[in-house]
Amino acid sequence: MAPTLSVLEYHLAGYRRTWRASALSSFVLPLLTMLGFGVGVGAYVTGGVDGVPYLDWMVPGLIASTAVQVAMGDSSWPVLGNFAWMKIYYGQAAAPLRVSDILDGHLAFVVFRTVSSCGAFLVIATAFGTMHSWWALATLPVAALLGLAVAAPTFAYSATITSDSYLAILFRVGMIPMSLFSGVFFPVESLPSPLRWIAYVLPLWHGVDLSRAATLGVPPAWSVTGHVLYLAAWAAAGWLLAYRQFVRRLVV
Amino acid sequence: MSDPFTRVGHVSEEPLIHARGLVKRFGEFTAVDGIDVDVQRGEAFGFLGPNGAGKSSTMRMVGCVSPPTAGLLRILGKDPRHDGPAIRARLGVCPQLDNLDLELAVRENLTTYARFFGIPRKVARRRAEELLDFVQLAERADSKVEPLSGGMKRRLTIARALINEPEIVLLDEPTTGLDPQARHLVWERLFRLKQQGVTLVLTTHYMDEAEQLCDRLVVMDGGKIVAEGSPQALIERYSTREVVELRFHAEAQDVFADKLAGMGQRIEVLPDRILLYVADGDDAVAELQRRALHPASVLVRRSSLEDVFLHLTGRTLVD
Repeated sequence: MAPTLSVLEYHLAGYRRTWRASALSSFVLPLLTMLGFGVGVGAYVTGGVDGVPYLDWMVPGLIASTAVQVAMGDSSWPVLGNFAWMKIYYGQAAAPLRVSDILDGHLAFVVFRTVSSCGAFLVIATAFGTMHSWWALATLPVAALLGLAVAAPTFAYSATITSDSYLAILFRVGMIPMSLFSGVFFPVESLPSPLRWIAYVLPLWHGVDLSRAATLGVPPAWSVTGHVLYLAAWAAAGWLLAYRQFVRRLVV
Repeated sequence: MSDPFTRVGHVSEEPLIHARGLVKRFGEFTAVDGIDVDVQRGEAFGFLGPNGAGKSSTMRMVGCVSPPTAGLLRILGKDPRHDGPAIRARLGVCPQLDNLDLELAVRENLTTYARFFGIPRKVARRRAEELLDFVQLAERADSKVEPLSGGMKRRLTIARALINEPEIVLLDEPTTGLDPQARHLVWERLFRLKQQGVTLVLTTHYMDEAEQLCDRLVVMDGGKIVAEGSPQALIERYSTREVVELRFHAEAQDVFADKLAGMGQRIEVLPDRILLYVADGDDAVAELQRRALHPASVLVRRSSLEDVFLHLTGRTLVD
């Protein structure tokens, strides 16, 4: 545990120098989306969705979507850079750390970034009066789990590629479709059946459904246990792939 | 019944690094091809060789980040396959390419690294101050790493390698790419460490570096050890005491080369000059006079490790 924490501490030391810029960009985008879509589109969706105003319905989806964006962003270029450019991981491997300490410490930092970005967003969204229940606080552990479910496989991907042009592919064919088809902006039931499966298979919709149930204080479409186990499976499989790839790169 | 004191004595005499038949393969390629090495406490030991000789692969195995393919390797009496973290806790590593955090301040690079060794924050801060003094970077403690010169970054990497007060410091080409002033400063600091009793293991392809710093060294070529000994012993064994370098006008060189027959222990004809390996340079110059040979320039110099190195590993460029 202590070795993993020392790696987290290292990442936090770097973050102390850059947090203003990164915190701003992590929730300015969702804030603009909230205002643009929620207030703008919401004016046309006069009947609301599922009996609540469109803005209130969309905000929990955006919180989950923010978790995915921060988790993926922080697991892509930084991981590639720590192998390819700054070679930070190699320096850590020369210290008495195990590969799992290096991986877990960095993952813990990404989860910290995810939860703190979602927390800031949650505060602002609350000020807009979009929270219907104290259960809204549960969006933060959901964000942590969703962040891990996305970050771990992204770590594996970023540790496999050798050029950052592959990251652009990940964001174009991975993150953008996931953000569009996961029930953030409209219910997945509006999608034709094959497209709906994109939502069911990828992690984001599971986080969206849980977050929405939390902020609106209603039961989720799926069972909570089912969502949690499914996200945990993504996290676990991603971790195993990432660990294998880290070992392959660091122990040669 | 065995005498406990004898056993203690025996343990303390065990070499810090002990390798027998050590092999490292990457697929079909054999980087290290069965080497035997012993490094004793307090020694400054060098791996000398051209690029691709297997020096860095050996260093990575010793640094416990690269498992040996075959052979025996014991570091500080332990097996790197099982005790990697415990061994690395007592090593300091200065890699060939600096892997500092360019975004962090100079001091933070040391204090965050110290935490990987479980060093308490307060101790880490104190050691960072001392080490920054030692490598003459105290004035830059709060500056970012990015704008530092190559020599400063290298000194910071060396300071980082010392943060855990290691028993062995591994330095992979510590002065490659540095300008002469920076090199001399690094050498001087490393010499101070050596005087303090720290065991130094370094790779280099600079002969002057090996001669200045190493008590003992091995010359590697093609993954094998081709010679071993102190710099002086190697020079005596593989070269002569002195070397006479003769330069002729280009077209005349081959003609002169024939007329040098029988002089010195060995004659080497290079495109731009002829080297005479001799016991006494002045005698050789006198002999030139007797043979009425008048080169464009004559230089008598002491034989160096470079002569040994080129003799053993050849003059063909390996990239």
